[in-house]
Amino acid sequence: MMLDSRLVVDRGAFRLDIALSVAPGEVVALLGPNGAGKTTALRALAGLQPMDEGHIRLGTDDLTALPPERRPIGVVFQDYLLFPHLSALDNVAFGPRRHGVRRQEARATALDWLTRVGLADQAAKRPRQLSGGQAQRVALARALAVHPRLLLLDEPLAALDARTRLDTRAELQRHLTAHPGATVLVTHDPLDALVLADRLVIVEDGRVVQEGDAATVTARPRTDYVARLVGLNLYRGRAHGHRVTLNNLTLSVDDQQDGEVFVAFRPSAVALYAEKPTGSPRNIWAATIAGIQRHGDNLRIELAGPIAAAADVTPAAAAQLDLAPGRTVWAAVKATETHAYPA
Amino acid sequence: MPASRRRRQRVPAALLVPALLGLAFLVLPLAGLLIRAPWATLPQRLAEPHVLAALRLSLLTATLATALCLLLGVPLAWLLARVEFRGRGLVRALVTVPLVLPPVVGGVALLLVFGRRGIVGQWLDQAFGITLPFTTAGVVLAEAFVALPFLVIAVEGALRGADARYEEAAATLGAGRWTTFTHVTLPLVAPGIAAGAVLCWARALGEFGATITFAGNFPGRTQTMPLAVYLALERDVEAAIVLSLILLVVSVTILATLRDRWVGAA
Amino acid sequence: MRLRGTMAVVTAMVLLAGCASNEGDEPAGNGGSAAPGVAGDALTGQLTVFAAASLTESFDRIGQDLQARNPNLFITFNYGGSSGLATQINEGAPADVFAAASPATMKTVVDKGNNAGEPVVFVKNQLVIAVAKGNPKGITGLADLARPDLKVALCAEEVPCGAAAKKALAGVTLTPVTLEQDVKAALAKVKLGEVDAALVYRTDAKAATSDVDGLEFPESAGAINDYPIVVLKDAPNTAAAEGFIKFVQTEGVAVLTDAGFQAP
Repeated sequence: MMLDSRLVVDRGAFRLDIALSVAPGEVVALLGPNGAGKTTALRALAGLQPMDEGHIRLGTDDLTALPPERRPIGVVFQDYLLFPHLSALDNVAFGPRRHGVRRQEARATALDWLTRVGLADQAAKRPRQLSGGQAQRVALARALAVHPRLLLLDEPLAALDARTRLDTRAELQRHLTAHPGATVLVTHDPLDALVLADRLVIVEDGRVVQEGDAATVTARPRTDYVARLVGLNLYRGRAHGHRVTLNNLTLSVDDQQDGEVFVAFRPSAVALYAEKPTGSPRNIWAATIAGIQRHGDNLRIELAGPIAAAADVTPAAAAQLDLAPGRTVWAAVKATETHAYPA
Repeated sequence: MPASRRRRQRVPAALLVPALLGLAFLVLPLAGLLIRAPWATLPQRLAEPHVLAALRLSLLTATLATALCLLLGVPLAWLLARVEFRGRGLVRALVTVPLVLPPVVGGVALLLVFGRRGIVGQWLDQAFGITLPFTTAGVVLAEAFVALPFLVIAVEGALRGADARYEEAAATLGAGRWTTFTHVTLPLVAPGIAAGAVLCWARALGEFGATITFAGNFPGRTQTMPLAVYLALERDVEAAIVLSLILLVVSVTILATLRDRWVGAA
Repeated sequence: MRLRGTMAVVTAMVLLAGCASNEGDEPAGNGGSAAPGVAGDALTGQLTVFAAASLTESFDRIGQDLQARNPNLFITFNYGGSSGLATQINEGAPADVFAAASPATMKTVVDKGNNAGEPVVFVKNQLVIAVAKGNPKGITGLADLARPDLKVALCAEEVPCGAAAKKALAGVTLTPVTLEQDVKAALAKVKLGEVDAALVYRTDAKAATSDVDGLEFPESAGAINDYPIVVLKDAPNTAAAEGFIKFVQTEGVAVLTDAGFQAP
């Protein structure tokens, strides 16, 4: 029972066209910037967004032409959309009732789900009496109470504050792991994606630009968006053995490659010098400081020059070098700190 | 900041003066009725059977007309608010026509359709032996015709204001369009429907022109309070004032009660 | 901003004042300022006549004739239900002449002492049975109206035509489907085919000969409606008012009988 889909929505200026497959029990995160089409894809899977082309198959069932109410799905919406006129219990019982379960039985099921998300004592409350985290858990219970074969979550943690988010994320992970059906999660937060998903699908401008497990995607980003998400400097160039030619600079790299490649290195691998360093074999270029920001315990220096790059230095080093925007410095990266892979 | 120390809001005179003038404009005529009311003979006038008959008929027909408006108007409002179709703007304009039509003309129009020689009325008469003019049902029809736009406009506004995504959420939980309408949409817009129904009822209660034209005037059957007031005015102004006061007191009492119970909660 | 706001208020108040002064068709002051009265034989100034709606066509013609002879006379007519006009007069509406469709309504004005001199009956009107053109139901007389297959409209007792109908119908048991608020409404029900017959004035039936036939019936003789006319106490132009009434009773008679009224 596997989700096999191709989702095409054409709005003229914007076209979504992605293929998405999810195995039973697997959690796939659709990750991408705002406006990339993630939510549109999720709505197409739910049947809330008409498709111009494509198909949605779940196991042997073809859902493509089915209206939302006849799809075996559960949806957690970004702002939950708990029915304000119903108690938490009746919100969760709503789905089972619509699937033909008797009132008493549906309520028992609902109470069971509320217990599982730890909210049995809030069953009689109206949605506006619940905290954000509680509402999120009721929404999850409501979606799971219909035993969906396809669970869809749209930014399930985006509406929560940082503290609540941490607890709720851990709790959500537990439920997603236990869910036997396929799960598609839409998020723009890489941390949510990394923690909750088995596989990441990166969507930019309506297309899938990269997909794979967390380790692969973070180690080998293929777009600037992903590189920024995982905090790497990323360049595209042409490789001849250990040398990669970029637009204005040639880098020495550890990996031996030929043809179009990506080169990536961590900001902390970039060393800065006031004078041009000599000696050990490394990549050296003159750069102008474009900006300085705090980054954890360190400072992140944005560099302009032949290549745009980010460098992490300690505050002490920054003081010693007297770093300030507009100053020219020398940047150096060891070949062993770089990572080159085919484009 | 404690409420007691809050700076008192200055109301601009340019707003306050016309606002007070507007209030006086609405309240003074009512005060006029109170001043001229024949208080001494009031009790015996109230006990007159034709007064009570007219009052009972008014309350009955206004309530039935409101029920009819709810039955037809809520689905119509839903159609206008939720379904995209060609000519929706035109339909919306047509719905408001009874608002601008003089009610007497509305009554004539009703006669042309539901009258003895009307397109529908002729058929009703021949097929079922039903005639609407000069009957209590005719009063209900005339009142509903005039009051329906108030309900449709109020409910459509409430529906447009309600978040349609709740209906999407219901669909993903397995609710079809009808179940979604009854279990999610209606409860969400209930305050708007209540407000619309109250307006509708008030309009129906005061209806005169369409009623007297379509349903005629016969005590106990089609003579509602406004008709009784109009005819009383022909002979005895004081009687007309008394009838108006009754209508005023009853409607204000009912509306105030309803407002607190239903509309105020919104 | 403040100035503009104030201007808006002033404008609104001026508009309101304008509305108010138009209410009674013509303000009272105009009559006085136009030097009313008789200059030689001629009538001059403003004259305001309140008259029953059934007199509309006749009085319009009579007014034109009178003004043609008195170029400095300006007559304003206010037609309406007699009772409504009486109420307006008793509430202080500025009028010179009141012509009512029944002595009962005239009495409400006299009772309040708003008349100058005794009202005189200047025409009579008689009831007829208005039926659809060609009389498809074959109605021959008043007794036919009790036939169960017929729908009949009467005027409400509160209005003159209803009072007259009640008198005429003494001895006939009849259940009308509706008691209309005025004679024109009763007639309209016949025109629209909603009722088979209605008791209306002969003048009204005559004005609608293209749609209805008016059947005379002997019992109507017992319920003839007198139309009284009077000069009002607060008349701004008493001379012209008296001149108008005199003209109605002399040269106006032909016009009135032509419309179906009877001379007193």
